[in-house]
Amino acid sequence: MVEADTVTLDPVDRVREADNPHSPVVRFGTDKPLRLDAGIDLCPFQIAYQTYGTLNAQRSNAILICHALTGDQHAANVHPVTQKPGWWETMVGPGRPIDTERYFVISPNVIGACMGTTGPASTNPKTGMPWGLDFPVITIRDMVRAQAMLLDYLGIDTLFSMAGGSMGGMQVLQWTTSYPSRVFSALPIACATRHSAQNIAFHEVGRQAVMADPEWRHGRYFAEGTNPRRGLAVARMGAHITYLSDAALHRKFGRKFQDRDNLTFSFDADFQVESYLRHQGSSFVERFDANSYLYLTRAMDYFDLGEDCEGVLANAWKDSPTRFCLISFTSDWLFPTAESRAIVHALNAGGARVSFAEIVTDKGHDAFLLDEPELLAIVRGFLDGAAKARGLLPPARR
Amino acid sequence: MMLTRLKHDRTMAEAVRGPGGSRVDLLAVAGMVAPGAKVLDVGCGDGELLRLLVETRGVDGRGIELSREGVNECVAKGLAVVQGDADTDLADYPDDAFDYVILSQTLQATRQPRVVLEHMLRIGRHGIVSFPNFGHWSIRLQLLFGGHMPQTDNLPYDWWDSPNIHFCTIKDFRQLCRVAGAKIEKAMALNAWGRALRFNAPWWFWNLLGEQAVFLLSRKA
Repeated sequence: MVEADTVTLDPVDRVREADNPHSPVVRFGTDKPLRLDAGIDLCPFQIAYQTYGTLNAQRSNAILICHALTGDQHAANVHPVTQKPGWWETMVGPGRPIDTERYFVISPNVIGACMGTTGPASTNPKTGMPWGLDFPVITIRDMVRAQAMLLDYLGIDTLFSMAGGSMGGMQVLQWTTSYPSRVFSALPIACATRHSAQNIAFHEVGRQAVMADPEWRHGRYFAEGTNPRRGLAVARMGAHITYLSDAALHRKFGRKFQDRDNLTFSFDADFQVESYLRHQGSSFVERFDANSYLYLTRAMDYFDLGEDCEGVLANAWKDSPTRFCLISFTSDWLFPTAESRAIVHALNAGGARVSFAEIVTDKGHDAFLLDEPELLAIVRGFLDGAAKARGLLPPARR
Repeated sequence: MMLTRLKHDRTMAEAVRGPGGSRVDLLAVAGMVAPGAKVLDVGCGDGELLRLLVETRGVDGRGIELSREGVNECVAKGLAVVQGDADTDLADYPDDAFDYVILSQTLQATRQPRVVLEHMLRIGRHGIVSFPNFGHWSIRLQLLFGGHMPQTDNLPYDWWDSPNIHFCTIKDFRQLCRVAGAKIEKAMALNAWGRALRFNAPWWFWNLLGEQAVFLLSRKA
């Protein structure tokens, strides 16, 4: 996603962040395994999370935030590694649409990621070394199961709401079918009920870029003291293009030169867009684990909600008690509006209460992370309506 | 195809408003809805009727609206509204999903009014339709003496940019009800000042003096 950081993180530091993060951590022992779709019990394991705001006495004002592929739990605080603002500070905070003066916001790091929740960069207790490729392949449903265990631990039975874009939206959708009675309202943004062939294809290119880097060493780069930076950077560069749009790239860069007046007749970054992508790639590898990238892209590829209900999506949400608000963006070609519309049709056929808005923007898939006034107004309005229905009083105005 | 009731949409912009500031035609529609019912407003515009129904009748209200601006405005107000087209998207809704399906100033803007009306009776146990009566005397006079397509306060469009492509009179609408198998439970005509015409007046009287009509329908057994 969009960031521009330059902090260099030693691989040793990254392992430290994976095991002992700058976040509260819940550790689940061997008595509480996470049952994975792969048929494996993962234990022990841990979940790192951030919270914002205060849980009310009735425990009825909790909102779960689900992060996207390369996001993490630091949605609304300064990132401990990059020192950048949280990835959803436009959305989450005091007086923001997800108002932390009104709601209790929980933002966990997903299973398989690398910021403190157990994933391939975490230490495998059996070997004392990072899991690497010994880590089991995980799914969106596994992420959601782990989040449910976190909520149990926090003593929260029903979520007032939950929100997420992209892979976060997939988690939201999975929640509403796995635990419908625990989700009062849901905001799946810029997502789909299954990953399209084109999206799987993009992910495969990214994974192959990582695996083609000789420093990847079949995932054992921590043990061998290497780091597949180039492979991961190339994966990030390719993926980043898919998060934007032709129009946005043109508006931002056009064919403008980077710090030069003429073509150099070389393979230097003559164009600003090249320089921008290189920067996106190199800054990403400083905060993200290459193996995590493989596992999380795989989890998205495997996601197919319709599969659970014999291809009839409407059955997934038959008599769903959840209030839905779906949002898509006109220039998002990774998760185009048609995907959200298919969800709306299924929800309507199942009789669910659903709102759906498409927002006009040229900013592509990444629009859900940006300061889009219409997006913010819709989320605020939807949550206000849901809060009224839930009997949550607005906070005393400042 | 437009089903919008937006700021830029001039239809009903000058409509007479009741004491609470609500449009009289919307008050007439709301008066036909039982409290607490489950309601689908097809072509809900900026959500004025849905909001009125939620606030005064305590309904569980949903909406479909074609224009993106209308949808986004509704959702930001906390209303459950989806972007969609009455002509194509009603087919996705299951039978008997709602107590009332409402077409408020929408039917005349659909491509296939009969199909839309049939879906409405399938999806809802009741249907409520409000529409401008093209049989009103002022419209007849404009055509007869002016020789041009009529324009009124509620229908201010030139013929070439009007969203309203299937005008009908009260008499025409009753014919559609017969054809589509709709039973007329209740009907009312509003005059130019938004007052209901005499209840026991003959249909020809309503068709001549009613500027708008509101019908409560149900499926014929």
